[in-house]
Amino acid sequence: MYQYDTYDQSIVDARVEEFRDQVKRRLAGEITEDQFKPLRLMNGLYLQLHAYMLRVAVPYGTLSGKQMHMLAHVARKYDRGYGHFTTRQNIQFNWIKLDQAPDILAELATVEMHAIQTSGNCIRNISSDQFAGAAADEVTDPRPWAELLRQWSTFHPEFTYLPRKFKIAVIGADEDRAAMRLHDIGIQLLTRDGRLGAKIYVGGGMGRTPFVAPEIKDFVTADDLMSYLEACLRVYNRYGRRDNIYKARIKILIHEIGAAEYARQVEEEFAHVKTLGIDPPLAELERISAFFAPPAFDADAPDTIDRSDPDFAVWVDQNVRPHKQPGYAIVTISLKPTEGIPGDASADQLDVMADLGTRYSFDELRVTHAQNIVLPHVRKADLYAVWQALDAAGLATANLDLIGDIIACPGLDYCALANARSIPVAQKIANRFADLGRQRELGELKLKISGCINACGHHHAGHIGILGVDKKGIENYQLSLGGSGAEDASIAKITGPGFDEDGIVDAVETVTNVYLERREAGERFLDTYRRVGMEPFKVALYG
Amino acid sequence: MTDSPLRFRDDAPHEEPAVTLDAFLGQTNATAVRIEPGDDVRALLPHLGQLALVEVAFPAFRDGRGYSAARILREAGYTGELRAEGDVLVDQIVPMRRCGFDSFAPRTEIDSATLHASLSRYEHVYQGAADRAVPVWKLRHGQPRS
Amino acid sequence: MKLLTGNDLPTGDVIWWTGSGWSRHVTDAADVGSEGEALGKLEEAARRVNGPYVIEATLTPDGPRPAHIKDRVRALGPTVRMDLTLAPEASPQVVL
Repeated sequence: MYQYDTYDQSIVDARVEEFRDQVKRRLAGEITEDQFKPLRLMNGLYLQLHAYMLRVAVPYGTLSGKQMHMLAHVARKYDRGYGHFTTRQNIQFNWIKLDQAPDILAELATVEMHAIQTSGNCIRNISSDQFAGAAADEVTDPRPWAELLRQWSTFHPEFTYLPRKFKIAVIGADEDRAAMRLHDIGIQLLTRDGRLGAKIYVGGGMGRTPFVAPEIKDFVTADDLMSYLEACLRVYNRYGRRDNIYKARIKILIHEIGAAEYARQVEEEFAHVKTLGIDPPLAELERISAFFAPPAFDADAPDTIDRSDPDFAVWVDQNVRPHKQPGYAIVTISLKPTEGIPGDASADQLDVMADLGTRYSFDELRVTHAQNIVLPHVRKADLYAVWQALDAAGLATANLDLIGDIIACPGLDYCALANARSIPVAQKIANRFADLGRQRELGELKLKISGCINACGHHHAGHIGILGVDKKGIENYQLSLGGSGAEDASIAKITGPGFDEDGIVDAVETVTNVYLERREAGERFLDTYRRVGMEPFKVALYG
Repeated sequence: MTDSPLRFRDDAPHEEPAVTLDAFLGQTNATAVRIEPGDDVRALLPHLGQLALVEVAFPAFRDGRGYSAARILREAGYTGELRAEGDVLVDQIVPMRRCGFDSFAPRTEIDSATLHASLSRYEHVYQGAADRAVPVWKLRHGQPRS
Repeated sequence: MKLLTGNDLPTGDVIWWTGSGWSRHVTDAADVGSEGEALGKLEEAARRVNGPYVIEATLTPDGPRPAHIKDRVRALGPTVRMDLTLAPEASPQVVL
């Protein structure tokens, strides 16, 4: 894992003091809420329905046991004993007091954590593949690149008041586990002619007008990357729309002028920016990469798993994935128990996961965009002990990538922007499909729920997506089908008129029944939908 | 607006009133020009030698186009006064300085103690910009601070 | 009736104008008639409230009931964590 040097630490420490001063000025009335709002947002502090909410970054989803323990400590000391993992590898605390926020940041800084740019119209937390450094299909570990980007984007003086928020994801494998093409910039690392570089996609996103990002640049080498991204951002900062908040994301600019014209403008800007000497030398990428060297794997670790406990075997089949190192496996801890709140973890659970990461996974944990936690490097021989510990903490739900593994935003239970509640719908659907055998029969099925058009719950990218809307003061839910946030990225299509809270649960069951009737061998829900189209689902839903 | 601009330059303030970009391009003997957020500042690049003052307007503090305008001018070698005018808040002075602004005419007065604290708060920066700050990647790889 | 609501500046708590001050409980809220916006501006300037706004409500035997579900959720707390709400014994259905 990356470790701060004195430069990194001094920058994060200075930010704590800057924010402390900003809060002090706000409480003293020296600045108005209108002036304070962008300042607090750039440090992840929202005013939500019931209290302030603090969004803490987990850069590219990687954290240590000590850092996870700190999150537990913050939950206990400053919040109400729990946190909520988001769809962008952050954690949110829901019950924060403004006058305590600087102290929280000071505590986080002691373990090299922060809330810098987790909101605001700036470059947000860089997200990445939760299996980085462990996945069998990886070309290169994306985390050193993500750290390089974290540093480049932190307090970037030119890009602090962009037209709108800006999200970047980096992956280094063929399989896209980070919804890369649904980001403002998606970066896929690859090798060409023996050189490592990046393919650049720009203009993806969800929200009101979803787009899958088009490819803008076929190949950028590591030593040109910062200049190229600087050019991408500068064109956006200058020409992105500022007249309408709903049309201010870069996806709209690219949609309006076309990907080819945008790419041309970026090329022109890049030719100029490249002369400025802003690209760190490859030695800097190498310095960072050294922190992400593979851990000291035991070459003699047995490559077999004792599956004699049937409950354990089910969990292994569902939540454990192949590791590039023989004798090891990748464990995903589902934060989606049937009666639970997707992405929520209590302080005690955070501590349990922290300890397991330290003891069994080389002190490393990951956060996924699907609101789960990963132990990336677990010896197969230790899986049973890990499972037992998770089970005792209510963390052994064996539903990864099944219909019960629902992504849901906080919705109207917490969020000031929401139009409808998301979590109760997720709970009712999880209850309807509580039988794990039934979930496994349905196979991989990504169900995603958002409580408003901003789409934090990624409903556009759900095999089944649900969007909560306000219909004359009553919560109403639109159903959509056929989205994907993976390497086969696509935007889901709305089935038709919406449903009430119970109706949407029935509707989900109806479309899964259509799938079971129509599927051919080996097809996932998404494959069947893509083959047979919307019509059979519509007929079943609306007659 | 406060009476005299907050300046980080040693030369005397430029007295000639700034003209609009359109007026400047039509009347090429002006030495001061005012850039609105939607103006393409690159139109000035052939004329930088005759300019003593470029005033970049910030009608609303959330509109960040002027930050790019400033960097573009500095990257093209403009050395005259570069002034941010309008809805400029104290917490924006540091990033504006990094983008090349060396003069400020904020609509509402800036508290000098707050400004003083913020100017010296960050000892290090992560990225190169239009100021002389040396990014930490250079310090890490042997380049001394300026 | 019309209610004036907002959040407490230092704590972020949801607060309701009682006619003479602010309360955490919507049951204490008073009808502000047409005075709400002006009152909100004054109170905000004095930093006794953050982001004040006026909402429609009806008077019920249990007290004022906000017209919109968002404000009913604000008045109660998260319906999925009733233990953290102002009425832990109530049913989540009260917001409907």
